[in-house]
Amino acid sequence: MSGKTLFDRIWDAHVVRSVTGGPDVLYIDRHYIHEVTSPQAFSGLRERGISVLRPGRTIATADHNIPTLNQHLPIADPVSRNQVETLEENCRTGGIKYFGMGDPGNGIVHVTGPEQGYTLPGMTIVCGDSHTSTHGAFGTIAFGIGTSEVEMVLATQCLLQSRPKQMRITVKGKLREGVTSKDLILYIIASLGTGGATGYFVEYAGEAVRRLSMESRMTVCNMSIEMGARGGLIAPDEVTFNWLAQIPSVSENREFARLVHEWHSLRSDRGAHFDREVTFDASEVPPMITYGTSPGMGMAVDGTIPTPEESASSAQSASGSYLKSLDYMGFKPGMRLLGHPIDYVFLGSCTNGRIEDLRLFTEAVAGKKKAAGVTALIVPGSQQVARQAEREGLTETLRLAGFEMRQPGCSSCLAMNEDKIPAGKYAVSTSNRNFEGRQGPGARTLLAGPLVAAAAAITGRITDPRELNWLQ
Amino acid sequence: MKREEFTILESTAVPLPLANIDTDQIIPARFLSATVREGFGEKLFRDWRFDGEGKPIPGFVLNRPEFRGEILITGSNFGCGSSREHAVWAITGHGFRAVVSDSFADIFMNNALNNGLLTVTVTPEFLAQLTELVAARPGTMLRIDLPEQVISVPGAGLSSGFPVNPFRKECLIRGLDNIDYLLSMKDEILAFEKSRQS
Repeated sequence: MSGKTLFDRIWDAHVVRSVTGGPDVLYIDRHYIHEVTSPQAFSGLRERGISVLRPGRTIATADHNIPTLNQHLPIADPVSRNQVETLEENCRTGGIKYFGMGDPGNGIVHVTGPEQGYTLPGMTIVCGDSHTSTHGAFGTIAFGIGTSEVEMVLATQCLLQSRPKQMRITVKGKLREGVTSKDLILYIIASLGTGGATGYFVEYAGEAVRRLSMESRMTVCNMSIEMGARGGLIAPDEVTFNWLAQIPSVSENREFARLVHEWHSLRSDRGAHFDREVTFDASEVPPMITYGTSPGMGMAVDGTIPTPEESASSAQSASGSYLKSLDYMGFKPGMRLLGHPIDYVFLGSCTNGRIEDLRLFTEAVAGKKKAAGVTALIVPGSQQVARQAEREGLTETLRLAGFEMRQPGCSSCLAMNEDKIPAGKYAVSTSNRNFEGRQGPGARTLLAGPLVAAAAAITGRITDPRELNWLQ
Repeated sequence: MKREEFTILESTAVPLPLANIDTDQIIPARFLSATVREGFGEKLFRDWRFDGEGKPIPGFVLNRPEFRGEILITGSNFGCGSSREHAVWAITGHGFRAVVSDSFADIFMNNALNNGLLTVTVTPEFLAQLTELVAARPGTMLRIDLPEQVISVPGAGLSSGFPVNPFRKECLIRGLDNIDYLLSMKDEILAFEKSRQS
């Protein structure tokens, strides 16, 4: 007898029609949109002469191309400004709730959605952004879509989707001191490879996952796409319900108690079938850093860059892509990165731009000074995160340590705005992608968690954060 | 809206045998601020194709006049990373109608099929043979037969089947648009919404 997985449970409750030999027609509860991947979808609707079917289910924010300084001024770049104004206009005519630049509810779509209570357990959630998997932390089926699919959802509140295979990643034990959820997910991706979960939806389970805060769970689910997974989700529990209870719009709902009761059933049955099961031991996870141009090229911060033969992804080595990647980074197999000088540090993004990330980073740099040669971009994930950081005194502690807090946005994660890393420069970045040119043409990105980033910001070199207390 | 029908494609091909080509390489983020679908073809692989001053980089395959065609042959996990459909618009804008690999990223594949760009998934062995052949003999004609689900090199006796979801195949062959399909289901969608409220 095999039971249902959490994924099955949510998926099955949203199937409007199963197409014979084809994808299912899946109903979408929550649709997030932003300025970059939505304009062509709205023009598609206009060409068809139709309007948005369920405007109340779509929430819009401007985040990808907005500046992180002087947000009170109009966006200087005319093309970016036009794109944001187009979103605003499309939301106005479409009757869609819009959080524009400078609005108290503005920020990165995957940070603001959960904090405002728009993401709730059991939902199907999509957005024209691959990091939509973030919302899976609440026990949702959440995944990224393309613009044609954004148009589909606006037009019909449904998507045509093939049911993916399912993988369960169980993480036993406890993470060690100085090791973050970002290190955990970088470790998992390095083990499975950049395409290691392609075709799968992942459920994260096990003691180490249960112990994670909501912010940390979001970081883990966020990067599911970096191993090719369609998405990642975690069964909701008391951590989830307590987090949601802090959001007035959620807890003040008269149905809240009944909903929590229902959400308790959102879990995989004992004996439910997964197409693939993988287990990790949390105590083996070190502080991580990436050395190449795909997120799977990660290692312990004090590790040695593998040779092509030792590299986890055989496809990479087979085609010479692995060495091309190291060449771009200015690294060689067998090199150690500890002590390697760096030029930039970026704390932020939908991966590590939440209050917990700012707290970790601030705690690590408190009472120390930023290294003179390092340019640091500290970018809160949302206006709410920025306000909370101010209230908690993090902003001031950071200022005393030589760090200036920017205004919220996607910023240097994809460098659509001015926050670009110059060619050839090394950036320790808490974002999610180290692709060639991701942070600016020629930029060299080393992905890491907030503690490794903090240690690099203070020393100007790649440093094991567990050594940081010994400095000064 | 009617789309171009895809049945049989006969064309020369362009080999780009790198693994994990992400959508940031296909179309860098700084070109995503446009609000239309057109104009991305000239930015395809921008930073591999042109230097900082916009001059063509001679060794890159799209700058080599001997390699032309409507088929792109590439490496594993093609189209990974960002969900940007602009990557597909850049590929089709450049004139490609099919991409051949041994694996594609999920979102990229959906985006491709939604735009009539056929993704042809073959075995790693066949991909290696095909890449080698085309790289050694530019101008080799390939034939992709979607109704039969066969990709072949008629002149070299090389051929392979490839899988396609039957629904997707039907849509491609008849040039059908998925949104029209969903719009035709409107009553069923409304009934579904109603059933969940009760």
